[in-house]
Amino acid sequence: MYSDKVMDHFQNPRNVGEIEAADGIGEVGNPTCGDIMKIYIKVNENEEIKDIKFKTFGCGAAVATSSITTEIVKGKSIEEARELTNKRVAEALDGLPPEKMHCSNLAADALQKAIDNYLGIEENNVCDDCEDMPG
Amino acid sequence: MLNRRMDITVIYTIFKTNQGGIAKMKRVYLDNAATTPTASEVVEAMEPYFNENFGNPSSIYSFGREAKNTVEDAREKVAQLIGADDAAEIVFTSGGTEADNLAIKGVAMKNKEQGNHIITSAVEHHAVLHTCEYLEEYHDFEVTYLPVDENGLVNPIDVAEAITDDTILISIMLANNEVGSIQPIAEIGQIAQKNDIYFHTDAVQAVGSIPVDVNELNADLLALSGHKFNGPKGIGALYIRKGTQLTSFMHGGAQERGRRASTENVPAIVGLGKAAEIALEELDEKREKMIKLRDKLINGIKAEIDEVILNGHPTKRLPNNVNFSIRYIEGESLLLNLDLEDIAASSGSACTSGSLDPSHVLLAMGLSHEVAHGSLRLSLGKYNTEEDVDYVLEKLPAIVDKLRAMSPIYNQK
Repeated sequence: MYSDKVMDHFQNPRNVGEIEAADGIGEVGNPTCGDIMKIYIKVNENEEIKDIKFKTFGCGAAVATSSITTEIVKGKSIEEARELTNKRVAEALDGLPPEKMHCSNLAADALQKAIDNYLGIEENNVCDDCEDMPG
Repeated sequence: MLNRRMDITVIYTIFKTNQGGIAKMKRVYLDNAATTPTASEVVEAMEPYFNENFGNPSSIYSFGREAKNTVEDAREKVAQLIGADDAAEIVFTSGGTEADNLAIKGVAMKNKEQGNHIITSAVEHHAVLHTCEYLEEYHDFEVTYLPVDENGLVNPIDVAEAITDDTILISIMLANNEVGSIQPIAEIGQIAQKNDIYFHTDAVQAVGSIPVDVNELNADLLALSGHKFNGPKGIGALYIRKGTQLTSFMHGGAQERGRRASTENVPAIVGLGKAAEIALEELDEKREKMIKLRDKLINGIKAEIDEVILNGHPTKRLPNNVNFSIRYIEGESLLLNLDLEDIAASSGSACTSGSLDPSHVLLAMGLSHEVAHGSLRLSLGKYNTEEDVDYVLEKLPAIVDKLRAMSPIYNQK
């Protein structure tokens, strides 16, 4: 079901953890969906992502997409990181099964939220892909 | 990856099945509720019926008559396994799903004039639930889906109170496939009987695992499936008590006394008969062994891992079923990690079901989505050993720790 790249990131996830005093934190998903991703970023004076960490509650695709997202943007500028989409994350993993594209590929969204948070943009706390939202 | 244990059984199996050469890693299969390996005695029993005794049981010449006798022998064995008074009350089907469909659709369509109300439970297998939904949508039936308590059990009082003048069928499963809870079927059957309502029970998970007697259970209809008790896949049976009025939905020839058309799958029927024979012989011994292993697994998990919840009734439970919700982590990730250690199991997580909702059974029991997503089902089978249990208890805690370390909701108390 999963590509070798996905399994690699699943077994050896990169950048797991939290950052105390992070410059930006982004969280997507909720327990109802079955996926929660939280991304922490530390930004330097050159507006580059100096450090990035993630925590994820979710399936194999959720873990792998989180892991590869942090790997792709670490050390890159905020501007570049802004261009990362869920689609590109899936491509970087050599593709995901169709049913996993929908609910698991939220990592890039979590990153964008972290960047929003850093830039002081108001957080929109809706999980777009989830049909069942708790009251 | 280099420290796999090779036990004598694995090596013996390699030689016996002539696979020779490549050393096999130990694989621990703990998803027997999903399917079981076909016993070698069953495969042996089936073998002659492919190209030696290949006759069509409906043919009048010797090839046919021999096949027919074989089918009737198997029918007798299945009848014995479930305490049916007469082998003629057994109809072979393509499996448990078809048996459930035949029971529910068959009774519903035949008895439409008497009423259009069906009572079932919220924790039934999809073969029952979706059949009921189909009848609601296309044939104007009304279905009551009874709630269950936190252990997944139906209250017979709820059944009695749901009965109306239009009720023609009650369908409650004997034992639940996800959490193993055993329903009070005999009591419910009695209520059905008193009210002159047909009573069907999906016994697919129970047959071959616990003693099943259609008379003790007061059942008019009972479904069973071969591949759940080491028989082949693609074969099952519906017990239909003499006198029960139902239509068939497989129309064509007159096989199965006109109740289920189609040339009989003789090899599979032979396999089912053999599996039934073995199951009956081994029932008590197997049950004892399963309970011992199950309880070791349950107690071991409780001891090694904190914040776990045993799903299902603690004692009114199938001998082979272990189902835990492991907090703060998700089921598919758990299964993938277990698979990397060559342990096969299952989960009630949405990610493993292809929908956004986790197991309907766990939700009906009142579990929150988050807790339901973190469920793990380990179901033992007759070939599992204490070593298998020890191996799981060795590997599982570290996997849970690893996933919890990654979880954004762990340590958030």
